[in-house]
Amino acid sequence: MGKLTKISGPVVEAEGMSGASMYDVVKVGESRLRGEIIRLIGDVATIQVYEDTSGLMPGENVESTGEALSVELGPGLLRSIYDGIQRPLEGIAAAAKSPFITRGINVPAIDKQKKWDFSPKLNAGANVKKGDILGTVQETELIEHRILSPVSGTILSIKKGKYTVEEDIATIDTGAKKQAVQMMVRHNVRKPRPSAEKLDPAIPLITGQRVVDTFFPIAKGGTCAIPGPFGAGKTVAQHQFAKWSDTQIVVYIGCGERGNEMTDVLTEFPHLIDPKTGKPLMERTVLIANTSNMPVAAREASIYTGITIAEYYRDMGYDVSLMADSTSRWAEAMREIGGRLEEMPGEEGYPAYLARRLAEFYERAGRVRCLGSEERYGSVTVIGAVSPPGGDINEPVSQNTLRVTKVFLALEASLAQRRHFPAFHWLSSYSLYDDMLGKWFTQNISSDWVSLRVEAMALLQKEAELQEVVQLVGPDALPESEQVILAVTKMLREDFLQQNAFSEVDTFSSLKKQYYMLRNILHFHKRAIAAVELGVQLKAIIAMPVKEKIARMREIEEKDLSKLEALYSQIDSEFDALDKK
Amino acid sequence: MKEYKTISKVAGPLVFVSDVKNVAYNELVQISLSNGERRMGQVLESSKGLAVVQIFGPTAGINVLDTSVKFLGETMKLGVSTEMLGRVFDGMGRPRDKGPKINAEKRIDINGEPLNPYSRDFPKDFIQTGISTIDALNTLIRGQKLPIFSGSGLPHNAMAVQIARQAKTVSKEKEQFAVVFAAVGITHEESSFFIRDFKKTGALERAVLFLNLADDPSVERIITPRLALTTAEYLAYEKDMHVLVIITDMTNYCEALREIAAAREEVPGRRGYPGYMYTDLSTIYERAGRVKGKKGTVTQLSILTLPGDDITHPIPDLTGYITEGQIVMGRDVHRKGIYPPVDVLPCLSRLMQSNIGEGKTREDHKGVADQLYASYATGRDLRSLSAVVGAEALSSTDRKYLEFADAFENKFIRQGHHEDRSIVQSLDLGWQLLASLPESELTRVKKAHIEKFGRKYIDEAKKAENAKKEGESALAAPEEKKEEDAGNYEEPKE
Repeated sequence: MGKLTKISGPVVEAEGMSGASMYDVVKVGESRLRGEIIRLIGDVATIQVYEDTSGLMPGENVESTGEALSVELGPGLLRSIYDGIQRPLEGIAAAAKSPFITRGINVPAIDKQKKWDFSPKLNAGANVKKGDILGTVQETELIEHRILSPVSGTILSIKKGKYTVEEDIATIDTGAKKQAVQMMVRHNVRKPRPSAEKLDPAIPLITGQRVVDTFFPIAKGGTCAIPGPFGAGKTVAQHQFAKWSDTQIVVYIGCGERGNEMTDVLTEFPHLIDPKTGKPLMERTVLIANTSNMPVAAREASIYTGITIAEYYRDMGYDVSLMADSTSRWAEAMREIGGRLEEMPGEEGYPAYLARRLAEFYERAGRVRCLGSEERYGSVTVIGAVSPPGGDINEPVSQNTLRVTKVFLALEASLAQRRHFPAFHWLSSYSLYDDMLGKWFTQNISSDWVSLRVEAMALLQKEAELQEVVQLVGPDALPESEQVILAVTKMLREDFLQQNAFSEVDTFSSLKKQYYMLRNILHFHKRAIAAVELGVQLKAIIAMPVKEKIARMREIEEKDLSKLEALYSQIDSEFDALDKK
Repeated sequence: MKEYKTISKVAGPLVFVSDVKNVAYNELVQISLSNGERRMGQVLESSKGLAVVQIFGPTAGINVLDTSVKFLGETMKLGVSTEMLGRVFDGMGRPRDKGPKINAEKRIDINGEPLNPYSRDFPKDFIQTGISTIDALNTLIRGQKLPIFSGSGLPHNAMAVQIARQAKTVSKEKEQFAVVFAAVGITHEESSFFIRDFKKTGALERAVLFLNLADDPSVERIITPRLALTTAEYLAYEKDMHVLVIITDMTNYCEALREIAAAREEVPGRRGYPGYMYTDLSTIYERAGRVKGKKGTVTQLSILTLPGDDITHPIPDLTGYITEGQIVMGRDVHRKGIYPPVDVLPCLSRLMQSNIGEGKTREDHKGVADQLYASYATGRDLRSLSAVVGAEALSSTDRKYLEFADAFENKFIRQGHHEDRSIVQSLDLGWQLLASLPESELTRVKKAHIEKFGRKYIDEAKKAENAKKEGESALAAPEEKKEEDAGNYEEPKE
């Protein structure tokens, strides 16, 4: 038990704290605000407080809980919306009886009263290893929650029926002692959860976004950075990934962003239906919302809270995608705390450990073989938005992020301004997974997937070169064969790369649809080049009715994909007619 | 009450008081000078035996000998009441209009508390401002925070006044409106412009004004916007009013923030602004929105002048990351004599997508807005191209884009100070302009919408063009006519 000596913003100092250790959670002052020890000198502890410190006085008590910052993991996480330190916002609203977040409210993260129907998978007498599935709980209609054994040993007893998360459901003899097991466990957020083995990412994360899936695929268990200036569409892109990614679980962290955006997610997700299961998307989602005006220290913690929850579901054998919007706000929280500690700043005032913290966070992504039996594989894919000042990525957060992430989706303001969405620039973005995933696409979609992609990219690259010439001499100075390229790349940009997130049909494209669309455009290109060589005028090609059909390909529904396939032969027949003339 | 005469140091707007006991962080402080003058302050840092106090007002006259410091034991609060409507206050909330004192119905902490995202309701209800570039292209929604990024010498104040005057919703319910206006470090002239206009239109009766003028103490600027927002929240969430908050100029607020940070000798962030400026700004901007179960709303329109017209400067940059879009004023547009000089391309309203369309504005709204944006962007690009290669080298379609861009600026962006266009008028105007482009270029609008809303304008445009062509063909050389034909893709083949 110590006493407060100094209060200045979210960082306070207390003396008489001997016995407390680094990163212990403490209760500060009369109102018992939650905080975490971030520096110890002698018996003086520096504490970052997760709530507003107005009204605190020197001399008030500070009490250490002796436990590191942890999250509660168990049935009941899904469909929740938490703040940065896993306090349920719904519970806070009920307890505070006010639309505002008042201080000093303590609400349990997981409902402790609710009874869950536990059905055991193992019987008494069975030998278990750490990570084995003891039994299951149907957490939501979509997700079966698997309760994992926290220790190795022999099961002495195991129950079946309705229990709360804190009641004992089994007893395991570990040899050293008899350990009671509950459905809920606690885990230190700053420590990655263990797995048996990390695997290479070889399966794509299908997002339904054409520019991403076709050109810059993300792997399950991979990492992706989306830097971009404000207004370029980071948040819409993150929402799209959250809605359409083919993962079973989604963890969405709103870190230091707008309150209304979180409300948007909260009001929209329950109404969105998962195309595969027909159930609301909320059934598989955990939201962490620490908006910009909420305490800055909790913002720092929110990223760790989110990834720990993601790892927990990964360990059950699920594919999890984690969206962090935005990691720049997280880095700024570190900078703010670092500044209050009067640490020697690194680049642009960020703490010197920024690069290490970013790398540690992204390294918690991955596809793994989970501990224990039955043999199962899970993954955590991390998609982090970065908000570089002025949109210029030559700054520490973007640069350090790019060093550790494998997919870079470059958002450009100039594209957003002409309403080209998603505003990912096709020439500056990259994915280091294309090679590894190429095999999967070849096997599962089509043997010419990779070659089509390479061909399309080469055209877009060529377009950039031609545009430079056009800027100097005007488009009419180009030979017709090159003008054809410009016409085709315009198609690629407007009819393939652009995708309307707010259109019911266009918001998601299956890989098959993407494949047919791309194939049609490239086939058009091939025939147009041949036609020009035969002396057909460019004017006539541009006026072809099929061109209009290509422009409307995106509006074709998934159930009518045969229409898309048929367009291929229509292109042929129209060109045949042209060539004859 | 704890009173001390132990000031040990005065630096900038900060006073260091030693040998103090039990001073709370953020506590309010009253300073009494030997001549009886009183000033207010706030505790910025409290440690054993030392308090750092930030003084609202000049530090002139404060000395270490006989100035006394009283700690009031509470954080800064504002007494609020509906009596405040129609009144003018100074930057610290004291009446400035020689009117009576306010009988406070309630005293509220001016720092507010963060709104629980769970308790928020997503902003809805389109606000018609009567300005086409906002209504049609960057729709303002109730509960939104939309700043105006402007520059020195641009008519942002005139536009803000026009918005305040014309803003209305299409809802039929009887609703109460109020305007809360916070002047932060603007000149006397600018502030009297606002007051004069509010008086003339009768808006003053429904307005609460807080004025911190350029010659008022800069530290007060930290307080003024918070007073305005506290009043707005009270009127919205307890008195069911729809409140429009206008704060001008947030750049001065940030300057004050930097001044205090420098006096405290903090580690500076970008361009000397403190590292916590993002968090600090968010505690102002995020105080806008709608709350579940409450009728009233708070909509925020902040004005900031971009230092050196630089949108990447930390102030607009951090603002843009918090607010839900931005309206950008352009010097180039202004130089062409166009009012309001909105530079359309970098403008954005994030809440537009989900609040327009059928039943809200009109079903073709999104398509028309996207098409206008895309076509204007193309026109602007071609403008720079034609500057290099000359308009003659462009295809006839491209020349149509150039004409479109000019017409767009002159007819769509430009409007009168008192011209109040309805959303239907703005959208129809959009169609009228788009009709000058070949129909095959209109790929962002739905076919059905072209038929329903655009057809008559397209027919008109065609008729006009044919008439012009006939007139020309009588006079001009035949080559020119041929070129005109090249652009007509509608011509059936065979």
